[in-house]
Amino acid sequence: MVFLTMAKTFILDGKTIPFEEGETIMEAATAAGVYIPHLCHHPEFKPHGSCKLCTVNIGGRLGAACTNKAAEGVKVESETEALNADRRSLVQMLFVEGNHVCPSCEKSGNCQLQAVGYHLGMLTPHFSHFYPARDVDASHPNMLLERNRCILCELCVRASRDVDGKNVFGIGGRGIRARLIVNAASGRLADTDFSVTDRAAEVCPTGAIIRKRNGFTVPIGKRLYDHHDIAEVPVAGIESPKK
Amino acid sequence: MPEQDVCDLPGIVARWHGDPANLVQILRDVQESCGTIPSDTLDRLAKLLNVPRVRIESTASFYAFFHAEPHGAYEILFSDNVIDRMAGKEALKQYFCERLWLEPRKLSEDGLVYVDDTADIGLADQAPAMLVNGYAIPSLDKARLDLVAELIRARKPLAEWPPMLFEIPDNVRKAGSLTGEAFAPGAALSATIARGAEATLAEVDAANLRGRGGAGFKTAVKWASCRSAEGEAHYVVCNADEGEPGTFKDRVLLASHADLVFEGMTVCARVIGARQGLLYLRGEYRNLHEKLKSVLAGRREAGLLGQSILGEQGFDFDIEIHLGAGAYICGEESALIESLEGKPGKPRNRPPFPDRCGYRNQPTVVNNVETFACAAKIAEKGGAWFAAMGTPQSTGTKLVSISGDCRRPGVYEYSFGVTVRQILIDCGAEDAHAVQVSGPSGTCISFREFDRRIAFEDLATAGAFMVFSRERDMFEVARNFTHFFAHESCGFCTPCRVGTSLLRNTMDKLAAGKGSAYDMNEMKRIMHILRGMAHCGLGHTAANPVVQTMEKFPEAYERRLKRLDFEPAFDLDGALATARLITGRDDEWAHLAND
Repeated sequence: MVFLTMAKTFILDGKTIPFEEGETIMEAATAAGVYIPHLCHHPEFKPHGSCKLCTVNIGGRLGAACTNKAAEGVKVESETEALNADRRSLVQMLFVEGNHVCPSCEKSGNCQLQAVGYHLGMLTPHFSHFYPARDVDASHPNMLLERNRCILCELCVRASRDVDGKNVFGIGGRGIRARLIVNAASGRLADTDFSVTDRAAEVCPTGAIIRKRNGFTVPIGKRLYDHHDIAEVPVAGIESPKK
Repeated sequence: MPEQDVCDLPGIVARWHGDPANLVQILRDVQESCGTIPSDTLDRLAKLLNVPRVRIESTASFYAFFHAEPHGAYEILFSDNVIDRMAGKEALKQYFCERLWLEPRKLSEDGLVYVDDTADIGLADQAPAMLVNGYAIPSLDKARLDLVAELIRARKPLAEWPPMLFEIPDNVRKAGSLTGEAFAPGAALSATIARGAEATLAEVDAANLRGRGGAGFKTAVKWASCRSAEGEAHYVVCNADEGEPGTFKDRVLLASHADLVFEGMTVCARVIGARQGLLYLRGEYRNLHEKLKSVLAGRREAGLLGQSILGEQGFDFDIEIHLGAGAYICGEESALIESLEGKPGKPRNRPPFPDRCGYRNQPTVVNNVETFACAAKIAEKGGAWFAAMGTPQSTGTKLVSISGDCRRPGVYEYSFGVTVRQILIDCGAEDAHAVQVSGPSGTCISFREFDRRIAFEDLATAGAFMVFSRERDMFEVARNFTHFFAHESCGFCTPCRVGTSLLRNTMDKLAAGKGSAYDMNEMKRIMHILRGMAHCGLGHTAANPVVQTMEKFPEAYERRLKRLDFEPAFDLDGALATARLITGRDDEWAHLAND
């Protein structure tokens, strides 16, 4: 029976996308080589659904592509002008709630927040800056924790808990006061068992968790997103562009 | 008086079975006995519960009522709903602070007392109101605050304060089938046992009972889905986290009709096959806790809870009470479940919904207090009796919590379909200009719409009904609500975390006389993003008060606009505030003109 073995499909912006039962819209789209803007999603980790950048129109209602399962025949819209305008506003919100100074940031050019901003045509922060006072933690010998750049995607939380088995990170506080906390009474990264070889050390999409003594080994202008749109290289940590 | 050294951590942890899922309850008990949750306590708890410290800190730092810094022997929190403000809360708070030589949000020099605001505490009919060490004192005036100040100066333990300070009348002004009829505990359960689980579910279905929390989901559908869901255990959860500002009808049901609520939960347990129930009581209703526990004890004694209920073999069910700790978001059912599991109250990704995957990832029914009370009455008197009340789409009665500019604030029980105009006549609000139906997340209606009806098909409501007269400034009403949402956003998703703060800041900008038409458009744009992209109902509705008052009372906004085109958000003079503070200057040369 040929029909029984045929993959199920849904329609994404007019294109037929095959999927397996249980796959999310994001997973199916990624497998088919279609990019849906996102920041808190990473294929290796459990979907989180917090940044809301991947919001798509699923048969008439809006939902996050990373947490909604694909369903047979459903029409999904992603690349519309209206959705991209809203996504741009979300990225602008992320910029103004923190303190992001791209020209002096070591992550510039490899930063997914910046790259998504480029991708969505963000030219200004638009909203008034909050200029929050956030702590920088340079206590760890090998890693720097720069909370000014944290977008609360919880990728480090998930990586440390689910892959490293360490629970180095967590989110403390609530609302606009939510902040990245670490597993130590002192609040210092040096007093945790965080290691430079942890998976959590390399998943940060921005420059909030970065390696020390690594500055400018690749000059600005020659970095990943200086030459590639994030749609071509959407996955963090994979340094070579997908063909 | 709480003291640091009386905190028996191992005892508290043991009382909660050493189960990290009970972390919110453990932290509550720690704070009640120690006065604070100091940093080293988190480490000791981490060891005792065998979970990472970071997880304990996440929970401890999420809830408004938990704090690491000492708040003294007396922590005073003034309820800060707009209704409290209309009743003179700001002036009374200042009066109280001056009497005790205090500054808000700063522990007194002698370490005795701390004063701050808190979100609405469910006493809008007796505003202004406050919490003292978690216990509510209503109907504040200077005389009562004088007395409180004297008691604090004399360092009298709270247990020795005059009980009349803590008396909270129900204020039921119009009784109905839930609030006015006598209920014999066990009546609904005997009928349920006689009829059988399936037939009882059919009665709830025939009654067309819909959830009283505001969303109006059909109760029988929820129960049937949970009943058929497979799991190791099924749970019944009663949502008594009545946090919507202006709502206080569950307070009355729990204070005077708790048997009806617990019986409704037990009927549900019979239908879905649950052995355990949980009542999530908002922390602000701490004063009801002991009484509710004694009602539960009475029901156990009467064979209405526990093993073989009413002698029926295999009908085992009991109910535990969990207290919240100051988080409006926990009224959202999946956030409530997270809180019951000891985590920060952040809404889950749905589906799956709790009926399939709820408390401890098992099938769970979560219903509002009033829904369970209705279910008990339906089990006792039948679905047809219930469906005869109200309208075809909104059957039964609805408890309405009325507050604000009216002569008779309190709880009114109406059959669904009643007009706003009728309610205003009954509560003595001839001068009403606007009504906020169902709280900040609900609908603001103007005097032009008073013929609208309370019903799911017109004005759906969780129960709040805040009345505003002609003299009230609807801009300030909306501004108070934007502050509320910014304070209560859980911070999980970008649109709500940032959007609610942007709205609050923009409303403050307008209030400071620095707004322009541009800001009005900006707020509409933020509303659009919140409605479409936020993670849960809090975010979806957070801009409602602004957008609705803008539409219905545009003059309240327009007279605040400085220019009609553009006004910079950057405040030159404001930027010097820190410098002024450091140098201790406030003379005219330390200020910049903004024009």
